[in-house]
Amino acid sequence: MATELSKEEILRYSRHLILPEVGMEGQLKLKNASVLLIGAGGLGAPLGLYLAAAGIGRIGMVDFDVVDFTNLQRQVIHGTKDVGRPKLDSAFDSMKDINPYVRLDRYEVPITSENAFEILKPYDIVVDGTDNFPTRYLINDACVLLNKPNVYGSIFRFEGQATIFATEGGPCYRCLYPEPPPPGLVPSCAEGGVLGILPGIIGLIQATETVKLILGIGTPLIGRLMLYDALGMKFRELKLRRNPECPICGDDRTIHELIDYHQFCGVPQTPVQEIALSSDIEPSEVKAKLDRHDNFVLVDVREPHEYQIAKIPGATLIPLGELPKRLSELNPADEIVMHCKMGGRSAKACDLLRQNGYTKVRNMTGGITKWSDTVDSSVPKY
Amino acid sequence: MARILIPTPLRQFAEKNDNVELPGATVGEVLSALITRFPDLKKNLYNDEGKLRSFVNVYLNDEDIRYMSKDATPVADSDTLSIVPSIAGGAYGD
Repeated sequence: MATELSKEEILRYSRHLILPEVGMEGQLKLKNASVLLIGAGGLGAPLGLYLAAAGIGRIGMVDFDVVDFTNLQRQVIHGTKDVGRPKLDSAFDSMKDINPYVRLDRYEVPITSENAFEILKPYDIVVDGTDNFPTRYLINDACVLLNKPNVYGSIFRFEGQATIFATEGGPCYRCLYPEPPPPGLVPSCAEGGVLGILPGIIGLIQATETVKLILGIGTPLIGRLMLYDALGMKFRELKLRRNPECPICGDDRTIHELIDYHQFCGVPQTPVQEIALSSDIEPSEVKAKLDRHDNFVLVDVREPHEYQIAKIPGATLIPLGELPKRLSELNPADEIVMHCKMGGRSAKACDLLRQNGYTKVRNMTGGITKWSDTVDSSVPKY
Repeated sequence: MARILIPTPLRQFAEKNDNVELPGATVGEVLSALITRFPDLKKNLYNDEGKLRSFVNVYLNDEDIRYMSKDATPVADSDTLSIVPSIAGGAYGD
């Protein structure tokens, strides 16, 4: 445990040291603290940069993704030169450049029920910057079982949520939401879009709360859910209570170890595609059909603003949400090929048509993204 | 009339409204007026047994109705109801 700062560190942290609420004592607390950031994406980017700059002594980061161009609109820890590199390499280069005094630990693996305890154990505080429900419930449960605060942030389009879970006597994620939405009921991240600045705001609320917890100053965001609306530029605060009936932090706990979170969230771990879908069709085959002027209808179920970015000539736009009301535009006697961005929404559209008696329905696999990859690279990917 | 705030993910089922004013003396009555006006919201708010889904919370002002009288919680004209669903985004790895 560090008991003093070097001359270089004193200069570096001088604006903290002259704040009475931080001072030498507080800066040493930061230096002796350890924080685990789960996710090096939109939330992880500002968290990594500012927590390194603030002088947290040890920062672990969990991510196994590589940087791509679509990340750069918001993940400011990565640069254009980093596209194609592992996110942890890129993030650590930025953090080391900002502050070489920080010890950085890399975990280039998916966090799972098998490795979560081992990864979390060395850290004082866990910060959840992930993008999916199974991982969020896993992190929550692991934090409750290990008794570690979970600094939570989440974003969607123009809105964000933040709070601190799993402190002594405080609520946990399951107290707020006992169960996740079933897959498909809420739009996925890639479908929903996000204002690039939004994760900056929410990530820095998480960073602020992390630093306050370490310093023991101010009023922590415990038992309060902060909601942020970028369009209205409004912060609202809702009361968050520990649920005495919570299965993991309640009075009669029924969960004592980590479970299968993919199963809990209804996400099949091995997609059932293979059994599937003889009704799938490759983009190259759709192209061949178009070139041959085969008699079929190509339907694009994306949103109008996506259609403006990229489209396949000859496709009719019927956004998925409008499909139930616009079924009359499609003839059950026709062969119909549905497509979207990646193939997810069009699969739902196919199901919907089949439920309504359409039999000759096929789903273009991989959507317009795969079309761009395999048929026509002049179609922009987004 | 109480004001009810509709969150981004659900606006597509509510003719893109971000808030509406609806009559009702209890939380249950206001919510019922809401799904009468926007029937597409029903399956997103309620399960097959007609109970509020467990990833959707409803707050009367800043208080969770689960810790008040749930659907029977009285609502005054000056009150604001918020629907706050679970959102997962953060890293957007894909």
